[in-house]
Amino acid sequence: MAQHNGSRFRSPRTGRHRVEALIPKVLLFMALISVFTTIGIVLTLLFETVAFFREVSFLEFVTADKWTALFSAEQREFGIMPLVAGTLLVTVGAAFVAIPIGIGSAIFLSEYAPDGLRKVVKPMLEVLAGIPTIVYGFFALTFVTPLLRQVFPGMGVFNALSASLVVGIMIIPMIASLSEDAMRSVPRGIREAAYALGATKLEVAVRVVLPAALSGVIASFVLGISRAIGETMIVTIAAGATPNLTLDMTDSIQTMTAYMVQAATGDNTYGSTPYLSIYAVGMTLFIFTFIMNMLAQFIARRYKEEY
Amino acid sequence: MRGDSISESRNISANDQGSANKERRRVGFRRFKNRLAFGLFFLSTLFGIVVLAVLLIDVFRDGAAWITPHFFENFASRLPERAGIKAALWGSIWVIGLTTPITFILGVATSIYLEEYARKNWFSRLIQLNISNLAGVPSIVFGILGLTLFVREFGLGPSILAGAFTMSLLVLPIVIVASREAIVSVPQALRNASYAMGATRWQTIQKVVLPYAMPGILTGTILALSRAIGETAPLIMIGAATYVAFTPENVLDSFTVLPIQIYSWVGQPKEEFQFLAAAGIIVLLGVLLSMNAIAIYLRNKFQQKP
Repeated sequence: MAQHNGSRFRSPRTGRHRVEALIPKVLLFMALISVFTTIGIVLTLLFETVAFFREVSFLEFVTADKWTALFSAEQREFGIMPLVAGTLLVTVGAAFVAIPIGIGSAIFLSEYAPDGLRKVVKPMLEVLAGIPTIVYGFFALTFVTPLLRQVFPGMGVFNALSASLVVGIMIIPMIASLSEDAMRSVPRGIREAAYALGATKLEVAVRVVLPAALSGVIASFVLGISRAIGETMIVTIAAGATPNLTLDMTDSIQTMTAYMVQAATGDNTYGSTPYLSIYAVGMTLFIFTFIMNMLAQFIARRYKEEY
Repeated sequence: MRGDSISESRNISANDQGSANKERRRVGFRRFKNRLAFGLFFLSTLFGIVVLAVLLIDVFRDGAAWITPHFFENFASRLPERAGIKAALWGSIWVIGLTTPITFILGVATSIYLEEYARKNWFSRLIQLNISNLAGVPSIVFGILGLTLFVREFGLGPSILAGAFTMSLLVLPIVIVASREAIVSVPQALRNASYAMGATRWQTIQKVVLPYAMPGILTGTILALSRAIGETAPLIMIGAATYVAFTPENVLDSFTVLPIQIYSWVGQPKEEFQFLAAAGIIVLLGVLLSMNAIAIYLRNKFQQKP
């Protein structure tokens, strides 16, 4: 009797219950695919980079100042410095364009713009953010470069300046929208208090809202810079294909990403040193952007003001 | 005026009057700075919009005349007047057609798992951290993964399938972030009501949570796909061809896509190819803007919900 009563409340093993038990497992498996993706990226880069360093010494890779990986076998030199320098040149130029304009737009949208105007301007910035980089590359080559060449007559068709300006334009919407989000989350009351003390709008924006939102704003800069480092098509089209250890923005250079495209479109034998060099450069690029992304998350979390 | 009335009631020294003037000048200067800053901030906002306008004008001026029926019917060609985007257009359609279901299913499943099933412990935090990091990995690095894993290890070759898998992994974080936001915003009361009616967890998710969150999920998916349509670098890395003179028949065929076709035209020395590139960009932007319009429409509809 007692046994019978017990079984009445035991969950019946119906098909529905089996489905209910199975579903979280299936979902977990799919969620793990994103983790596998990261592991896959790290492992592929790691394996092939190790294979690369069996043929090229690590010391040469980080200290040599020439990158001629796609030359004939006797003339090959694998010094990553020119590629890193090219990448940083473009990135610094882009930051000079994007940070002031991005922060200016963010302050305007969050502090000055009436709601009606915001509703018009924000979607436009979103459209700008959604334009494929290949289009920006075309724009750099066919519009910005000819314009710049009127200012600097001696400059070549491929140059770091045009590419970095356009990469800067590309990351403006990202910096503007992330910074604006950070600024808008500053509580209204803090602003009102400053206004009550007689502060102007500028003083409220720069001395009250900006410091309060600083962690989010700086995180947006770091993310924007990380995006600029990894940007590929603009620099491939407009910056040239000459690895060049230079600080002159009017020179033709090559970035890490542009080299990877050049090497991938050329016909390198699978497993050859030039083929493996794609992975070594990819690893360097991945480390750069990974550090920047972690930094952005760290800043956003560590220095977050709690209200 | 204010100074006068005060000096009648009180004997103010010249020194005080001077400092009052100074104060007034200082306020005037602060107001001036405020107006100046307003102008600068407004200009920087305007800058983005002006660039957008110039870019569109530049592209249309170069390419509009080249958009003819032939442009859609012809394959790539050495002769600019015979070149068209038929192969690229079909390649893009094939890749996006495969990427859409893969990303949607993986993205929504991950979001449901994280929001409805996972306990908030180190493991779910790890998955989250991982997703936000993946979102910041340069697209060309995804191309390397696709080349190694799908093209070489799985032996798919530079096929549509390898391209679609690569693209799916690339845009997955966008779908996940949007879907999670949409699922979180479903009121808890709706779930409780469903449980109270005797529904199981999965029935509640299937019949209550997902329908309610669907506009948000769809918006995210559309944004992710519009990113996928415009991506060039990962597909170049996996070895998508630049010169294709056929339309794909199945998922293992080699292919090209619109952005790669545009890239290959941009690199040609003949000026006419620049115009062809511009025409290709117009088609690409047309597709993208209509997708964005759908996303914005969905979002507005979504936000009107109580």
